[in-house]
Amino acid sequence: MINLVRNEMLKLLRKKRLFVIILIIAFLVPLFTYAQFKEIQDQRKKMGTQDWRTVLQQEITDTQNRLSSSRIQDEWRKYLKIRLSQQQYYLENDIDPRAPGAPTFMRVFVENSIDLLLPLLVMVIVADLVSSEASGGTIKLLLTRPVKRWRILLSKYLAMLLSVSFIVLSVAVLSYAISGLVFGYGGWNMPLLTGFAVSGDELLTDNVHIVPQWQYILMEFGLVWYVCLIVGTLTFMLSVLLRSTAAVMGIMLASLIAGAILINMVSSWESAKYFFMVNLNLTNYISGMATPIEGMSLGFSMSVLAVWGIAGFIIAFVTFSKRDIY
Amino acid sequence: MSMKPALEVENLTKKIKRKLIIKGVSFTLYPGEVFGFLGPNGAGKTTTIRMIVGLISPTSGTIKIGGKNVRTEFTEAMKHLGCIVENPELYPYLTGWENLEHFAKMDPSIPTNRLQEVVTLVGLTNRIHDRVSTYSLGMRQRLGIAQALLGKPKVLILDEPTNGLDPAGIREMREFIRQLAREENLSVLVSSHLLSEIQLMCDRVAIISKGAVIRTDSVQNLLAEQERVIWKAEPLSLAKELLQEETEVQEGLDGTLITLYNEPLLPEWNQKLVQAGVKVKEMRTQLPSLEDLFLEVTGGESID
Repeated sequence: MINLVRNEMLKLLRKKRLFVIILIIAFLVPLFTYAQFKEIQDQRKKMGTQDWRTVLQQEITDTQNRLSSSRIQDEWRKYLKIRLSQQQYYLENDIDPRAPGAPTFMRVFVENSIDLLLPLLVMVIVADLVSSEASGGTIKLLLTRPVKRWRILLSKYLAMLLSVSFIVLSVAVLSYAISGLVFGYGGWNMPLLTGFAVSGDELLTDNVHIVPQWQYILMEFGLVWYVCLIVGTLTFMLSVLLRSTAAVMGIMLASLIAGAILINMVSSWESAKYFFMVNLNLTNYISGMATPIEGMSLGFSMSVLAVWGIAGFIIAFVTFSKRDIY
Repeated sequence: MSMKPALEVENLTKKIKRKLIIKGVSFTLYPGEVFGFLGPNGAGKTTTIRMIVGLISPTSGTIKIGGKNVRTEFTEAMKHLGCIVENPELYPYLTGWENLEHFAKMDPSIPTNRLQEVVTLVGLTNRIHDRVSTYSLGMRQRLGIAQALLGKPKVLILDEPTNGLDPAGIREMREFIRQLAREENLSVLVSSHLLSEIQLMCDRVAIISKGAVIRTDSVQNLLAEQERVIWKAEPLSLAKELLQEETEVQEGLDGTLITLYNEPLLPEWNQKLVQAGVKVKEMRTQLPSLEDLFLEVTGGESID
């Protein structure tokens, strides 16, 4: 099996797919770094010559004032307390919350690319994994070896798994390394708030707590990897079903973009939450953004994705081992 | 022959959408023989071959390669098989050597020095480390054969092996196939729609039409039956009259006469004509075209 996977990785390497991916990331990251850099400069200009510490100190006093007010709800009080300790941490540790380091850039970058950019990169690699063998005719040589069909497909699936992990890893490494040149490499221990939950129109802050940024980033990358894996599996299934790589790309692209559009307009169509493409924004659950449709939660989205993934996996293997090849 | 068969195909059928495409094909290959699979395009050659190599599952019937059933003992059966189905499609972005390595890795029983052996055997040593995308069709064909021979198979299946080759390439391929059968005791199954090719390459041949094997026989027997003699003589009418007393005569298009080929009687016929004062200008044998042969064995059924 190791030999088979090695074969698949060799083919991927020789097709220069992984190289293209790295190139795309290496091109995009400086672009966003520059955009971020501009934004920070802009903010600084607005603040004038004021020191950020003064601004932060002001905010802290503000929060303290609100806390001392008696008309405040208990829940809200708790949230403010957490905010306060976060702000105090920034001040004590001399962290400018508006001048993020490379880890922060990494976090924001991955949060924004989880639903479209990363799935696209995964698609570029996975789309022709099987379909290119079918359209190139090499599948006839591949399947007339003394190796059972499911083993051949499994080796391809494992190659897909490896390349998905590679993509996620290179996004992490490249975004950290490149943005660090501008923002500096520090900031791993910056405290961040997480644990928000949404119920109806209300933002529940019961479980809000502070985690260091490195832990936060680790969680997010775990979710990103999971999303990429599911998108990869579905693309893989299409690649098995269709001979044409262009068709695989087309269908995947259409559904991903449809997902992005749907999220903005389906709040009243509840059953749309069972589509895989509206469930890709897993990182939003950590940062506490409102869900597109009521009743969605991290657990729900992950289970929906799991069901789609498992179904895709089964369909791919059953059709591949039974199909007649002409 | 009392040898153990290398490939046995028994009562193979294939139904696609309730239409019977292959209607009970049976034949047997023995070690060291080149077996021709002859039929027009669309007769079911490729479908049959794809069933033998396990790309298509048959609706019924059994296929045994080296005694192993392709359906129930797939991996064991495939160890005895090497094949090129239609064109030798290899990975164009890999070198020839990498292609071979790729396929060799899929069968752990192939020793590493086997690669160099097959490369030398097909004569690709000079270009083996170039990318396949730079290869000519003939070189791809050879690389295709090299990959088919990697596992030291007992049965080699080549679907239209001379397709697209130039005359020199065709000749080379033919000799190579004969040599493999002779020296390595391989059974080779060659499919083709060209009679001339099958005739020069094969020991036995199966004629397939509309999904059924119409006849299986040695090439000599088949051709002898169908071979014709073309006569050019003057005066034509007299020659025709005289020959008609002996055998069946047809009139050709360009003032020739066509009779059956009958080696022992031919000199007598000739003598008879000469004695009657007919000037025999030309006497030549002609192999039937595939079309003739088909019309003959299928009883006038057209090729479609």
